[in-house]
Amino acid sequence: MKVLVPVKRVVDANVKVRIKPDGSGIDLTNVKMAVNPFCEIAIEEAVRLQEAGVATEVIAVSIGGTSCQEQLRTCLALGADRAILVQTDEEAQPLAVAKILKAIYDREQPGIVIFGKQSIDGDNGQTGQMFAALTGLPQGTFASELSVTDGKAEVVREVDGGLQTVLLSLPAVVTTDLRLNEPRYASLPNIMKARRKPLDTTTPEELGVDAAPRFEVLGVEPPPGRSAGIKVESVEELVDKLRNEAKVIE
Amino acid sequence: MSVLVVAEHDNSVLRPVTLNVLAAAKEISGDIDVLVAGSQCADVAQSAAAVGGVSRVLCADAPAYAHQLAENLAPLIVEAGASHEHILAAHTTTGKNFLPRVAALFDVAMISDIIGVDSPNTFKRPIYAGNGIATVKSNDAKKIVSVRGTGFDPVPGEGGSASIEAVGSIHDPGISDFIRDEIAKSERPELTAARIVISGGRGMQSGENFTLLEAVADKLGAAVGASRAAVDAGFVPNDMQVGQTGKIVAPELYVAVGISGAIQHLAGMKDSKVIVAINKDEDAPIFQVADYGLVADLFKAVPELEDTL
Repeated sequence: MKVLVPVKRVVDANVKVRIKPDGSGIDLTNVKMAVNPFCEIAIEEAVRLQEAGVATEVIAVSIGGTSCQEQLRTCLALGADRAILVQTDEEAQPLAVAKILKAIYDREQPGIVIFGKQSIDGDNGQTGQMFAALTGLPQGTFASELSVTDGKAEVVREVDGGLQTVLLSLPAVVTTDLRLNEPRYASLPNIMKARRKPLDTTTPEELGVDAAPRFEVLGVEPPPGRSAGIKVESVEELVDKLRNEAKVIE
Repeated sequence: MSVLVVAEHDNSVLRPVTLNVLAAAKEISGDIDVLVAGSQCADVAQSAAAVGGVSRVLCADAPAYAHQLAENLAPLIVEAGASHEHILAAHTTTGKNFLPRVAALFDVAMISDIIGVDSPNTFKRPIYAGNGIATVKSNDAKKIVSVRGTGFDPVPGEGGSASIEAVGSIHDPGISDFIRDEIAKSERPELTAARIVISGGRGMQSGENFTLLEAVADKLGAAVGASRAAVDAGFVPNDMQVGQTGKIVAPELYVAVGISGAIQHLAGMKDSKVIVAINKDEDAPIFQVADYGLVADLFKAVPELEDTL
């Protein structure tokens, strides 16, 4: 069984982003980029399925400019067998990404597709579910545990009230939450090996997908500011301030 | 122009966040229907019908909808919402699960996690863990929108008398089964709806030490939350996580104890009215957003706080 893992190139999670002075978006010049952390968890889970003998091949796919090759090489170093770059200079929105991935899915016929539950840039959290809709597959979103047996995937999901377990027939879509696994670091020999692993390139046009945007970002502004308040010296002073100044407790 | 709001509930009670979603709906249109999909959920439909400003409640009551499985719910919503220009749901783990599936079935974009309505097709939403607020315009005829509860003040839960119409169609493609829920039981208020939240981080050092926070929470009628670090360390379960990828809270008072204040955590609580930070590291970033900061050893300060209250 093949496992397909879509990965996104995003701003590194530790970078404090800046809004462009003209308010047109986030300034990405000379900013450190990385594999979206949730996608990294997805790659790790796929590699573990392969190590457990459940998966036969792990395929990483990314959509974007040529610079995405960098993140795909990272995935190959982490254990993916091959990679596909769907090259486009247009920003691909979640629905377009889902359509592109459906075209890849139809070609590759994987048994499981593992997505990150959201990317830490747009914070949309849509692509896995949209892909599941387009392919008619079941979805196990926000997974904290995945086990695959007898043509079924059992997924423990992190939900607002606690945990929910669902059983999905394969092929299935899984989206990863933080506690599904702890991704490994790529070893130097594996980074070297990754350079020789296959990385194919295609385009939305070649896949016959209309990737036109459906919404537009009119502008980005900073959130309402919040400045540091005061330091109190004691618990007594704190309680006094909360009672008599902020009036939030009785 | 009409709006369909998908109600959030547990088959017996309408979750309060639905009233926040309805507030967003009212900013879009005066013609609002509510879909209640569940199993033996007549009480929920009654509650939804009692909300002022709701025109119709559509009630799909069938075992297939008992656990809100996206595979079953999405085609139902596509059917029920065929003629509505907007379909709204809460940006909770339930709404986040089924709503993108609905959008893709309609072949339209989804606008996630809105905190403001500029016009019926233009919305405000946080991006990059809330470090930017984007104004987003949908160019699709149908708008599928998830709503951040804390972005809108709830509408009153009474004053209405909407009609309730049964929806008979049952969708179950048979590709997914519910196995079990492990739902945390707590006497304390729900995290996202609590007036006061007290959260612990890595500094708590263990799950047992959270009893210190619980003692304070019980005196204040507060909910107890946690940072990702505390959940990852196994101190407390995932449903307590506040942050970019956990729960978003905006209580009157947020008390952060032993939390350093990573941007991902701030994304989940910085809209709180008053923020208190208790941390022994005076350089912790949490102090940059705190109205009142106390540099102290939490193991001394928290019991003292409990005694003083």
